[in-house]
Amino acid sequence: MSSNNVKRSSDAVTAGGHGDISLLPELEAFRDPKSKAARASYDDADIYRDEKSFNEHTLAPMFTTSRAYFVFVIALGIVIANGFAWFVAQTFLGMGQTNMHEPLFWGAYIATFVFWVGMSHSGTIVSSILRLSQANWRRPILRAAEAMTAFSLLVAGMFPLVHVGRLWRVYYMFPLPNQRELWPNFKSPLMWDMMAIGIYLTGSMTFLFIGLLPDLAVARDKAIRENNWRRHYLSFLSLGWRGSHREWSVYNKASMFLAVAILCIAPSVHTIVSWDFAMTMTPGWHTTIFGPYFVVGAIYSGIAAVITLMISLRWIFKLDDVIRTLHIDCLAKLLIVIAIIWTYFYFCEFNVVWYSQKPEEWGIWEWQAERFGSFLWIMVGGSVLSIFLMSWRKIRTNMVAMFFITLLVNVGMFIERYLIVVPILSHRDSAYMWTDYVPSVTELSIIVGSFAYFVLLYALFLKLFPIVTMADVKEGVIVSGDVKLGRHAVRMQVKE
Amino acid sequence: MTVDLDRCDGCGACVVACQAENNIPSLGVEQTQEGRNMLWLRIERYIEGSYPDVKVRFLPMMCQHCDTAPCESVCPVYATYQNNEGLNVQVYNRCVGTRFCGNNCPYSVRYFNWYDPDFEGKEKNQLNPDVSLREKGIMEKCTFCMQRIRRGKDNAADEGREVHDGDIKPACVQTCPTGALEFGNINDHHSRVSKLAHSGRAISLFEEKGTHPSVKYLKGGTADVF
Repeated sequence: MSSNNVKRSSDAVTAGGHGDISLLPELEAFRDPKSKAARASYDDADIYRDEKSFNEHTLAPMFTTSRAYFVFVIALGIVIANGFAWFVAQTFLGMGQTNMHEPLFWGAYIATFVFWVGMSHSGTIVSSILRLSQANWRRPILRAAEAMTAFSLLVAGMFPLVHVGRLWRVYYMFPLPNQRELWPNFKSPLMWDMMAIGIYLTGSMTFLFIGLLPDLAVARDKAIRENNWRRHYLSFLSLGWRGSHREWSVYNKASMFLAVAILCIAPSVHTIVSWDFAMTMTPGWHTTIFGPYFVVGAIYSGIAAVITLMISLRWIFKLDDVIRTLHIDCLAKLLIVIAIIWTYFYFCEFNVVWYSQKPEEWGIWEWQAERFGSFLWIMVGGSVLSIFLMSWRKIRTNMVAMFFITLLVNVGMFIERYLIVVPILSHRDSAYMWTDYVPSVTELSIIVGSFAYFVLLYALFLKLFPIVTMADVKEGVIVSGDVKLGRHAVRMQVKE
Repeated sequence: MTVDLDRCDGCGACVVACQAENNIPSLGVEQTQEGRNMLWLRIERYIEGSYPDVKVRFLPMMCQHCDTAPCESVCPVYATYQNNEGLNVQVYNRCVGTRFCGNNCPYSVRYFNWYDPDFEGKEKNQLNPDVSLREKGIMEKCTFCMQRIRRGKDNAADEGREVHDGDIKPACVQTCPTGALEFGNINDHHSRVSKLAHSGRAISLFEEKGTHPSVKYLKGGTADVF
């Protein structure tokens, strides 16, 4: 529904929301962002005093750039260039630059690919769930989460290209018309994977872009006013947004529609990624739990990454009043639920194999415990530990603790992906071919480069686009306000 | 194809013949240590018991040319498919190198070209002109000596007759000194290979996988059924 309708209805109960009504002294506390009451409050009225100062404050990370930023970007550039150089060498010399060998045809690249696809799974999922469930606290953090999805998908999409043997023939996988009437094999899970990721990337990019429109217009106006160089692309990308009734109503419809669509696409994407493994007849991969297990694992690592990212943003750009303790607290509660589900699924997968003791499947677990025992403990222990630690509100609201807990979760989840690929392929059906594998320098450099690439994309995004979902915050302020009931003023919300 | 395990003494002549016939590069010490030894046909050694009561069993392992091949369905570009002779064939030019087929092969008989093949000096003069060289980044595997099957069929067609049993011999079959390997048309009930494959001694490897391999292994009982 349009915010204009909302505004009318809120006007009807004489609660304009900001500036135009006088507050009782005991409620003044809510206006002060540093007060305890404001931090506990579930709406954003306290960061929004008037439109101008709010815009200035939230656009500050975009329009002001420190010297440290340039140093950071150059450092990232060096790491990426290093990874790229190894990649070029690998393409020209051959895949032998990696440490893969028969029958371990997939290695650290595919593990990292699955990791990045997983990372992409919470940004838009969190964003659309919170949008659809109308969780009021979601408002300022949506963009930061959505951008994470888009960029981790871009990084993930790079890995199949790094992985294939003949990069220059990769277009064979596209359904291009050709003289020999050759068509891609739609029976192959890799084809499904390619299409699923293509659709998800398109969907989440569109979601991100549509959500950006009103904020782009605000940034554009500022850029034009200040004659900033950003005005060129901002004028183009904001598509002439003026904030008319019709624009808002189309915008609201589109973002609702996309939120529902993304919510349907995202689980299917990671299910299909899991089918790259589960559809084969390889023992250890061929299990029905892989679909839901991968989806939950993806959301698990994704939410943890969102929290890590939020804490970093909050710290670097001093956005304490926008990304508040409350947000981390709420996200951490969500993370506990997902962590419990993931741990339960992992237990299910293990328990069935352990009880039946089928040699080809149990053999892999024994192999894995023998060679990757400490990895296994970091992964499972980290997950269980994080559930216990996050049960305390004190820890959930402690930013340093949460930063390290969520980092530990993601280290665990990277290990999980590695353990899905490597021990299983090094312990195939044919006992004669059992083997060992450690990633080579080429593989490690490219993987480290991919992390730097993600951070660089995000860092550039921060300077080119508004990171706080300003329009949503303003909408939230409009729909909430203090209503006078007799002698008392009560904070009220008008439903969206 | 049938492989008589009771006759195989693990000499490895078939491996060398295969390598020479199919232009398979020998990769050298370093790559072999990496585990990249490219052998379309390999002899797997399994050791039973402990010293001094040790028994070594040999298992020649090549592409099983499965009727329901797991490698085929997962290839995104149809680079591997079932041809109308029942062979599982690999189209080198079509292969992108996703290596998914290798992951789905329970026999682990698919090999990847990690580098461009490197034939030095006299090795170049020794290459088989009937077999194409494979560049880096693609999968390859046993073809049952496709070039010999073609030649056998052409010769029979030139002479205006059907292909007789024994007309076509892949390099490994031709070389095997103990006659452990047999090759022929399994649908021809009079062929030697068909009789062996239907004898009580025939087993398939990983039968429980449901891949229906074309290679039958013979084991137990008297070695000579003829």
